[in-house]
Amino acid sequence: MIALSHYLILGAILFSISIVGIFLNRKNVIIVLMAIELMLLAVNLNFIAFSYFLQDTAGQVFVFFILTVAAAESAIGLAILVVLFRNIHSINVDDLDQLKG
Amino acid sequence: MDFEKSAFYFFSVILVVAALRVITARNPVHAALALVLAFFTAAALWLLLEAEFLAIALVLVYVGAVMVLFLFVVMMLDINLDRLREGYWDYLVPALIVAGVMVLEMGVILGGRYFNLTSMPKPAAADPGYSNTRTLGRLLYTEYVYAFEIAAVILLVAIVAAIALTLRKRKDNKYQIPSKQVSVRREDRVRLISMPSEKRDTGASS
Repeated sequence: MIALSHYLILGAILFSISIVGIFLNRKNVIIVLMAIELMLLAVNLNFIAFSYFLQDTAGQVFVFFILTVAAAESAIGLAILVVLFRNIHSINVDDLDQLKG
Repeated sequence: MDFEKSAFYFFSVILVVAALRVITARNPVHAALALVLAFFTAAALWLLLEAEFLAIALVLVYVGAVMVLFLFVVMMLDINLDRLREGYWDYLVPALIVAGVMVLEMGVILGGRYFNLTSMPKPAAADPGYSNTRTLGRLLYTEYVYAFEIAAVILLVAIVAAIALTLRKRKDNKYQIPSKQVSVRREDRVRLISMPSEKRDTGASS
């Protein structure tokens, strides 16, 4: 029988994979955005697993809102990426030093 | 091994492999396609958890819209991959340590031995007339209607922001400026000059 902890551990593995992805692809903004999407997916998996095992639909409503906000976030993030590429012709994080911080 | 267990492990393995492919693929297009596979497999897992509406919404919204947007952007940008990949494996050891410790901690806490699984038994299957979409919709439009409206406003702001960010004015385009069009006067456009009328040349118009 598949218990709640199976789903939670799968979510943990997925979350950790995306953290490794952010570490490895720290120069490539697109892959970092994809890793963030994976993280949100892992969180959503946890929400739905809890919603199922507790028989509480509020978890699914929460996932609904997370999906909405994540879609808005990726749309704006990709728009920023396009503007960035238009200005400096690169998406390398090392090139983003115009602020001279 | 019953069907549910084998389906869970099947989808989990595909999900983890696709996630690993997302973070290690050299070509961003391959990463985006692997992410599509990951979302699709996650939707299948959500079906196992009886969240049918959200599973379909994940496929429609994420695979159908967001990932297509990702692919658009990835293919539109001309990326120098060699510069992006240099020093790729430098941080592998600390990343693996962080991730491994996280998985270990969560595995210890969430694993079956200490998690008190008996307090959360698997619920009985829903009866055939149960509609996940109807339940979710009823909840969304009554209890969470305020949050629902805020979500709609967030989407609107995202639309406006994405268009406003990427809108580019080209210099060689000809624009109409409505304020100038409205405030134009007759004297600016038409000039009346008085000049003597010409005599008709009778010989040439025969």
